[in-house]
Amino acid sequence: MKGPDFLDQCVGKLRSSVGGFVPGSHATLRGCDLHEEFRDAVWMDVFVYGITGRRLTAAQLRLLDTIWAYTSYPDSRLWNNRVAALAGTTRSTGVLAMAGALAASEAAIFGGGVYTAAATFIQRALQAITSGATIEQVVRQELDSRRGIAGYGRPLTSKDERLAPLRDKVRRLGFEDGAHHKLALEIDRYLDEGRWRLRINYVGYTAALVSDLGFSPRDYYLYGFSAFMGGMAPCYLDAVEKTEGALFPIPCEHVYYFGQPPRAWPSGSPNDKLQE
Amino acid sequence: MTNQIRSKIWQEDPQPDNHFATRIARCHGFDVYGDMLGKATWAEMIYLLFRGEPPTPRAAKLLDTLALALANPGPRDASVHAAMCGGTSGTPAAAILMASLAVGAGQYAGGREILLAVRAWAECGCHLQAWQGHLAGPWAAPTASAWPAPEHPPGFDPHGVSTTLIVEQALACLSTLSPGPALPWLAAQRRELESLTGLPLSLAGVAAAAFVDLEFSAEQAEILYLILRLPGAAAHALEQMDFGHKKFPFYEIEFETKPVSAIEEQPR
Repeated sequence: MKGPDFLDQCVGKLRSSVGGFVPGSHATLRGCDLHEEFRDAVWMDVFVYGITGRRLTAAQLRLLDTIWAYTSYPDSRLWNNRVAALAGTTRSTGVLAMAGALAASEAAIFGGGVYTAAATFIQRALQAITSGATIEQVVRQELDSRRGIAGYGRPLTSKDERLAPLRDKVRRLGFEDGAHHKLALEIDRYLDEGRWRLRINYVGYTAALVSDLGFSPRDYYLYGFSAFMGGMAPCYLDAVEKTEGALFPIPCEHVYYFGQPPRAWPSGSPNDKLQE
Repeated sequence: MTNQIRSKIWQEDPQPDNHFATRIARCHGFDVYGDMLGKATWAEMIYLLFRGEPPTPRAAKLLDTLALALANPGPRDASVHAAMCGGTSGTPAAAILMASLAVGAGQYAGGREILLAVRAWAECGCHLQAWQGHLAGPWAAPTASAWPAPEHPPGFDPHGVSTTLIVEQALACLSTLSPGPALPWLAAQRRELESLTGLPLSLAGVAAAAFVDLEFSAEQAEILYLILRLPGAAAHALEQMDFGHKKFPFYEIEFETKPVSAIEEQPR
């Protein structure tokens, strides 16, 4: 069945595979009674269950929580955080600030735009290595088919200060023997020692960690959505509590113009010109 | 790192007493407030911003007409539906537009569909054989990205039966205004293309051809399509804000998942 006959079946009704609420009675999440099954749960538990349909252990949830915590920078220079802060200086609302900043976290050079590619790479790489490929072959194939390797290299600086504390946490939580984790670090060593001088970045490292938890690339992408959120509210607050319009004011001469010189607009409206 | 913003689009001369205030603003060299106001139209300004030169009268008329055709997708459209969700529940104006943009960004009648369709024009041009190969799929490069894989050929309605009257009317009108080549070719080859896909042309398909004839890049077409569909979303959202949530559908729910105990689930 297709076309309007198919759509007719969908009119006026939500057929939900993930749950919903019965007003005044209860709410379900992927078949569970939310208030029963998650009575003592932390929010990360609910969030990840909503994405993966699986309950994780306390240590796994702690790891996921830490990944977010360690990248919660209240630095309004960062492009996504800057959106939150600019919304503060223009006296917009806090939710618009955060929502705009979160949307701006789906970038091509960091965050959401890289999650899927990074997880896809490390999962494909492990499959290839398991099937007998070498790290050199995996790296060369990736570099030949793409311009870089998702999860390696960083836009502002090559050294990632988040990695040492996260690696320490990974050790303490007992996740360092994960196959994706070990492979990601071997690739990091290979790339660093070779001519590429690429180092693993936070996305590459965390993509490997969550792959060891059984996350698909899309699971990781959806989980990673809020990774920067912890830093955004302070950026908004810092700006909204200071003088309006005072964050990153730009004087005219700070726009370097290199376009057309001054010129006159052709006279007449388009309708007049069409009739000419 | 620099404190300067680089731009070929916009130049501002400061007021003599305040370099944070604008005395003259030029867009690609044209004095916007001192020369363009009263002479240029909104469509001409939009074209100038994106393309860097004033449009020909014909291109300006084409863009203006396209903007009218796209201005209101109507309350059944998902992007307008999203805007109305914000309107009926009383969200800020920006949230209404952000909701509409998020939904209207997709590959089903959304901005991404336009991007893919304009890329297809760049690849296939006005060559039926090339379109034949393209329309067989997969319609987008198979890269690992956040975008789901396209499920229908961009520019065609996956749930359609026949070409709608409004699509025929839009294609007929825009084709006569177009300097070509895409819209006239599309009008001539529509039936052939539809028989290749088994699907009718959609308004997105007409819009994509119009952007090609306006010489917009795929990225420019995508973002302008998003902008041009916002007026209807905004108007419908404000209308629902007036009516209130009790007069807006909430729908029935049918649970497809049987209750299970999540506690018993073990990590993989």
